[in-house]
Amino acid sequence: MTTDRAHADHAHEHPTWKQYKWVALWLTLITVAEVWAYYIPAFVASKAFVPTLLIMSAVKFTVVVMFYMHLKYDHKLFRALFTGPLVIAVCTLIAFVFLFAYVPVG
Amino acid sequence: MTVASAAATASGAHEAHEHHHYTTTGLDHRKIAIWAFIGSECMLFASLISTYLVYKGRSVVGPFPHEAWTSPAGQVFKPILDIPVTSASTFVLLMSSLFMVLALAAVEGKGKPGYEGVLGSSKFWLLATALAGVTFLGFQAYEFTSFVHEGLTIRTNLFGTSFFTLTGFHGTHVAVGVLWLMTLLFIDMKRGLGPRDAIIVDICALYWHFVDVVWIAIFTLVYLIK
Repeated sequence: MTTDRAHADHAHEHPTWKQYKWVALWLTLITVAEVWAYYIPAFVASKAFVPTLLIMSAVKFTVVVMFYMHLKYDHKLFRALFTGPLVIAVCTLIAFVFLFAYVPVG
Repeated sequence: MTVASAAATASGAHEAHEHHHYTTTGLDHRKIAIWAFIGSECMLFASLISTYLVYKGRSVVGPFPHEAWTSPAGQVFKPILDIPVTSASTFVLLMSSLFMVLALAAVEGKGKPGYEGVLGSSKFWLLATALAGVTFLGFQAYEFTSFVHEGLTIRTNLFGTSFFTLTGFHGTHVAVGVLWLMTLLFIDMKRGLGPRDAIIVDICALYWHFVDVVWIAIFTLVYLIK
């Protein structure tokens, strides 16, 4: 039974060193793209700036969680323990931003 | 089965149970605990980030993060955020996550082919991760000090209050992570960490990567979005 449990715990495969380095390269490239976007005034002034940055940030976040934190390969209970509170946290964040969006004029 | 053998079996099962720390799910309870803790940390940082966003652009007096400001006395304050410095510290923290996964891989693969030499050494990667964390903290100390010298403290305006609280909490988490890494490095030097110890390194790694993903969010929401 112990062996079965140990197997259940370690049954997931981890990425290889090569994959880890590719992930690091992509994270670096996305970060460079984010900073580059920050220094393009026309892009900063456009409506696409904030969504683009948020998407790039979300991609980086997801890549780290899936590959470095092994959530892609791990037990689904761990996924639930993380994504559940994360969804509630993001919803709370959005709710607060809207709740305090009112700015008195004058 | 005799009473003695039954007792021995029960004792053996108990020892195995004690050693592996399994729950009824068949998963190690320490790993469940760290994921539950990370889930609760999501709530903490969401509250701090939402407070920052709620206060964003509502400071009555400068210095401001992205805009220059002239005080009533005529003193000119330039935009206070230093993106190149923060980009460098962000890169260091991202690399520290790579070092951390390599440290875990080295612990899990200790004694196996391909894990010889310095690049297969868990000590090397644990030290590299801790040093990257210390470098990040150095960048943050430099940033905080320069902000104070430029006239922004935690009591100056709403930006100062929310910025120092948010990034200060994150920095504290990094400092705790560095201490944790140094403890693992100490254990590794003292008795060596092997595949049997992978779980304790994995738990530390999960915490460290979480600190990294929080910074990914902070870097975009606080530093890059104007």
